Amino acid sequence: MTSAIALKGVRKDFGTFTALSDVSFDIKDNEFFTLLGPSGCGKTTLLRLIAGFEDTTAGTIHLYGEEIENLPPNKRPVNTVFQNYALFPHMNVAENIGFALRMLGWTKADITLRVAEMVEMVQLGQFVHRKPSQLSGGQQQRVALARAMAPKPKVLLLDEPLSALDLKLRQEMRTELKRLQRETGITFIFVTHDQEEALSMSDRIAVMSSGAVQQIGSPNQIYENPANRFVADFIGETNLIASRVDSADGMHVVCSLADGEVLTALANSPLGPGSTGVVSIRPESLTVTKTAPKGESLRGTLGDAVYLGTDTQYTVLLAKELTLKVRMQNQFVASQALKQGDPVFVSIADGAARFLVD
Amino acid sequence: MAAGTGSGRTVSATFSPVRGWLLLPSWLVIGIFLLVPVLLMLVYSFLTKEFRGGVIWEFSLAAYDQFVFDRGLFGDDPPQIEWAYITIFVRSILQALGATVLCLLIGFPTAYFIATRPANTRAIWLFLVTIPYWVNLLIRTVSMKFLIRDNGPLNEALLAIGVIDAPLQLINTNFAVQLGLFYSYLPFMVLPIYASVERYNFALSEAASDLYAPKWTILRSILLPVVKPGIIAGCILVFVPSLGAFLAPDLLGGAKTFMIGSLIEEQFKGNAGNWPFGAAASMILLSMVLVVLLFYARAQSREQT
Amino acid sequence: MNRRFDIKHYQGFLAITCLCLFILYAPLIIVMIYSFNDSASITNWGGFSLRWYADVFTGPESEKFKLAAWNSLSIAVMAATVATTVATAGAIGMIRGGQFRGKSASFALISLPIMVPEIVTAVATLIFFSTIGFKLGTLSILVAHIVFCIPFAYLPISARLQGIEASYEEAAQDLYADRWRTFRYVLMPIMWPGILSGFLLAFIISLDDFIITNFIKGAGIETLPTAIFGSVKQGIKPNIMALSTLLLLFSIALVTLSYFIGKRGQEPHPTD
Repeated sequence: MTSAIALKGVRKDFGTFTALSDVSFDIKDNEFFTLLGPSGCGKTTLLRLIAGFEDTTAGTIHLYGEEIENLPPNKRPVNTVFQNYALFPHMNVAENIGFALRMLGWTKADITLRVAEMVEMVQLGQFVHRKPSQLSGGQQQRVALARAMAPKPKVLLLDEPLSALDLKLRQEMRTELKRLQRETGITFIFVTHDQEEALSMSDRIAVMSSGAVQQIGSPNQIYENPANRFVADFIGETNLIASRVDSADGMHVVCSLADGEVLTALANSPLGPGSTGVVSIRPESLTVTKTAPKGESLRGTLGDAVYLGTDTQYTVLLAKELTLKVRMQNQFVASQALKQGDPVFVSIADGAARFLVD
Repeated sequence: MAAGTGSGRTVSATFSPVRGWLLLPSWLVIGIFLLVPVLLMLVYSFLTKEFRGGVIWEFSLAAYDQFVFDRGLFGDDPPQIEWAYITIFVRSILQALGATVLCLLIGFPTAYFIATRPANTRAIWLFLVTIPYWVNLLIRTVSMKFLIRDNGPLNEALLAIGVIDAPLQLINTNFAVQLGLFYSYLPFMVLPIYASVERYNFALSEAASDLYAPKWTILRSILLPVVKPGIIAGCILVFVPSLGAFLAPDLLGGAKTFMIGSLIEEQFKGNAGNWPFGAAASMILLSMVLVVLLFYARAQSREQT
Repeated sequence: MNRRFDIKHYQGFLAITCLCLFILYAPLIIVMIYSFNDSASITNWGGFSLRWYADVFTGPESEKFKLAAWNSLSIAVMAATVATTVATAGAIGMIRGGQFRGKSASFALISLPIMVPEIVTAVATLIFFSTIGFKLGTLSILVAHIVFCIPFAYLPISARLQGIEASYEEAAQDLYADRWRTFRYVLMPIMWPGILSGFLLAFIISLDDFIITNFIKGAGIETLPTAIFGSVKQGIKPNIMALSTLLLLFSIALVTLSYFIGKRGQEPHPTD
């Protein structure tokens, strides 16, 4: 099975600035694929290269086996949902949705049929004769989707399409987008800087930073097994503690922290003693107790507590100015009376500590 | 660097493959019919005059020489400084400066007043100021002539209310020309100043007021420096056309109020003209304007850095 | 709000604004009033009458005025049309052509007709036409008008284009429109208000021009401004005031039109 998009050695320079350096990966057919990263990481540039709005500086882009990087955007069977929707202000909803079909030379009857089908798909029946300026943000978003999907693209590109919507609508649209993708079977490439969006919708995610892909994997893999320090830090919250490997058994390492305490962690690749890096532990994998727990634990003093509804987040001060963020469900916290300044033990859930080499 | 986010891209290039073709007509039309003619005019200013208009294709510095020196009827007397043309140029500069100052004195408060109106009435005030700019300059100058002529409505009104006993001799004076220039280019002063005051953040004035600055001090030391680019733009937009004005001095003035524009025009009218001299006068006028514009461009780029 | 503590308010600025408007309008209004004067003398008021308007259309000079008006209008329409076309192409090349060498030189060239004093343009054009042996007449006027109308058409068009996000064109291309159809079906309709006000501005500028036309019109051809100027040289006659009033009202009608077009163009777009 050929992949929907195959990128090989793709590079893009703007003058002296390198927006993308040597990006290579495949996107599978029928996949909901997300490009995730902070602003300026090159994710939108990559999307624009696939759409054809920018020329590659080097590298090739294949779409279902066909080389496309030299085709202009109007010759590429991919369509884009723009961040600001870019709905044509002088055309009504139906004309917007039918635009691509008109350009492709469909007959009037066929266009009418397809537009009606799309309007129904995005539930905009009563609005077909309205201009974009007469629609709400969420409705405009649906028109943009319908317009881009009307010509049955092989790949749909979505450039932060939810960023202009308010929180509630954004959450609704997540489910909606996922449904549309499943029903149509179109490959989606979704660009966002919002990790929650990425984690909740994607089949696979490519985490990008400074023009390079840091990790590609399922949401679960990315969250649980971050490939490096950037991914661990960018996705969710984590504690990153500088440490050094004392002994290793394959991927299992025993490492020591700056304050001299020792813990076991899992590395991404076999390491030798003496490797330096950070240990990443998610706050929710940590538990604070007043009494020494069974197994491995770190000693510290309880710092600030921040009440967050279902959870409470604690800061635990270890020796040598090391601090740990710990997040525990309030249900569990209630049973112990924790006070600031109490000496406490912090235990780590099995397999939750990751050692990431620098 | 926002190149990765898309939103920060400042230069759009959707038509860049065909931009040469798109710009070609502008280059050709203005290049052939204005740039080439101006260069040709420069050449003409160094040619010998033909007595019935036109030129003889022979190099000569006579046109420029004639500006500064009087060498007698046959050109062989000892050279004496010729003040006539220098006077005309100096007068033109003074008139243009005077018009600029007058326009600024009236235009700044007007622009400020309009820019501080509530949004709904602001458009109406602005529209009122803009209309005269769109009315034919010739018609406006003729109207001014009609108004201020010896037995015109202005003098009659002044006589009727007893301010004066005899009609004021306004027409054919430097004052009339000054008034005409001021009247012609006043909207040019108001519009750029309006634009910069409208963008001015009045929180700055409030901050100054909070820090004990009196109102006129706020105007002088906070607002004026901020809106200075608009004021300079307005001054240039008035000064430059005033310098080469033809209609106001020609219709409202007389022999004693001659300005560069009329001097140039005279060289190309009928058979009496001197084309190389007219071309030289045009070159001098153009050079003065370019100096002003370059000065402006430099000041502007300094403002931006 | 107490005016004395209004930070934006300055004593006397309203008075100066009124003075400013008075200066701008008084001469025009006086001429308008006197154009309805029944008397043949321009000094005395002889009662209200439309006789000078009738004179403009049927009087001894009416043929001259009609011909001049026809010349003015036809030249203005043609010059504005060509200048707007050239300026539209130029604006797209400048603003949607990316960054390129010679961009500021191109901008300087397009603005050249505004920067060069009119009288200098007139001299240069006359010298150019006489050197290449181009016959002075309607065609020479038309060419000169096209040149100095280009920057006036360019300004509102480029301002409008700068306000349009490039994503509209990208969307059109993404939806299978080639470059021409992107312009025809998407860019042009959106930038239309700018094109229209550019055309109107160029039209009025051409209609208004006196200095350049006066230099290169050649013998026997008059436009309205040169005809009025020639007539005024011998003294202001009442029929000229009537003609001026007509022209004035025509200009104001055009500005008002362009004002409302501009206002419509500013209707908020969902994505702006």
